[in-house]
Amino acid sequence: MKRDLVSERALPGSAKIVMRDLGKVFERAGGSQNIALVDVSLEVGDGEFVCIVGPSGCGKTTLLRIVAGLEALTTGTLEMRRADEESRPANAMVFQESSLFPWLTVLDNAAFGLEMRGMSKAERFARTRPILEMVGLTRFEGHYPHQLSGGMKQRVSLARAFVNDPDILLMDEPFAALDAQTKLILQEELLRIWETHRKTVLFITHAIDEAIALADRVVVMCSSPGRIIEEIPVGFARPRAIAELKAQPAFGEMELRIWRLLESEVRGARQRNA
Amino acid sequence: MPRKAKWRSTASHERMLAIGSPVLLLVVWELLVRAKFLDARFVPAPSTIFETAWQMILSGELWEHVRASLLRLAGGFVVGVVPGIAIGLVMGLNRYVRAALDPLVAATFPIPKIAILPLLMLAFGIGEASKIAVIAIAVVYLALINTMLGVVTLDRVYFEVARNYGAPWRKLFTRVIIPGALPHIFAGLRLSLGVSLIVIVSAEFVAAKSGIGYLIWTSWESLVIEKMFVGIIVITLLGVVFNAILKEVERLCIPWRNE
Repeated sequence: MKRDLVSERALPGSAKIVMRDLGKVFERAGGSQNIALVDVSLEVGDGEFVCIVGPSGCGKTTLLRIVAGLEALTTGTLEMRRADEESRPANAMVFQESSLFPWLTVLDNAAFGLEMRGMSKAERFARTRPILEMVGLTRFEGHYPHQLSGGMKQRVSLARAFVNDPDILLMDEPFAALDAQTKLILQEELLRIWETHRKTVLFITHAIDEAIALADRVVVMCSSPGRIIEEIPVGFARPRAIAELKAQPAFGEMELRIWRLLESEVRGARQRNA
Repeated sequence: MPRKAKWRSTASHERMLAIGSPVLLLVVWELLVRAKFLDARFVPAPSTIFETAWQMILSGELWEHVRASLLRLAGGFVVGVVPGIAIGLVMGLNRYVRAALDPLVAATFPIPKIAILPLLMLAFGIGEASKIAVIAIAVVYLALINTMLGVVTLDRVYFEVARNYGAPWRKLFTRVIIPGALPHIFAGLRLSLGVSLIVIVSAEFVAAKSGIGYLIWTSWESLVIEKMFVGIIVITLLGVVFNAILKEVERLCIPWRNE
């Protein structure tokens, strides 16, 4: 099953998330203001995998938190088209660091969203176990998070989000803390699971290669103030084998192109901080 | 395998030392008294103390004192710890309640609680109520401060996950806040236990006609030193047993603890 450039699919009619001139200003304690986001306009299509890449402090996490409803926007509008089933949650977030509850087992952690929605124990476990199997954690369902490796913890985080069966999956640098090999494996697993569900994904990362490997479209942001400077469609066929994909010249070219966009800013930030 | 075997023997050595050192101390103590290096009038031999304890058990005298102290301890502990945890949770969750109560707690916490025993006896009379009250007041701070700390120091990300996954307030409380604060709550309970033993003995020294503290004090006044030692040993044992029970309860309540 191969697909062409996603930009063809991202018609306004099938848009899942529409941001118009979105802005966010944080009021500092001293009365001064911190402008985090300015005039962010972005459409994410239904079933589209969008990665937002940018340097630290460009407001990409803030943007995601606004979509997640954890942060209020200051100006502009944000629309999200809901699926017809109102019983399904609008979004589920996979958080940056390990956000698993240390006091819940793997099974209870993964079933957390269903439990919060008041589903009975038998039903939520029946729905959670296949997902745990999908991420290879069936044998560990009775373990507590401290007994797991970093990669396994993030697998549980993924499972927790997928079990909840949300309209939109929001991911905030979920693999940033993992070693390179584990990261690659989890990226491939994420794509594999995503292929079967085709949920709308908004994925935040500072790693350019990760953004290209996963996304249908890469949105490049820069800071001071946080804004979108470029949108780059990623045309690589799916399903993707990430290791092979990275060996292609086209992959390297795209990586270089995005790096050029970010380079001056990252260097500038280094000098400012030095 | 050899590593594991070695580890096991180290652990069993440690256990032997833990049991062996107090036994050795008792033996040395006994020998020093018998060799007249220690004056038996002031420091009776362990064998004499155990003999006295045995007679006090048979006559029911010891149980009468232990029972009186236990009832006061249990009453004061419950009356103090339950509202302490409840107020601690509210203070931890609501910054305005915290802002209102924090100065009061900070200002009154350092008062040695035994200092207000006369005041409590004015308020509650010379009976059991004033002893229960003084223990309760001593432990309420420890339960409150530690519970509040447990809630306040809970990682914000847990609240955000709960919010993102649509947790209703009741579930947020039972599945996130309570288990998250539980390690701190138990730390508060352990401290409360130690303090309640100190306070009950001090209170019984001056303001009771029964209890282990009363036993120690009256034995000293009438120079029945063996009984005084019995009292000291019994209160020590109570502390050890309560601590062990609390530790076991904690292990059952916090199975996710990293050990």
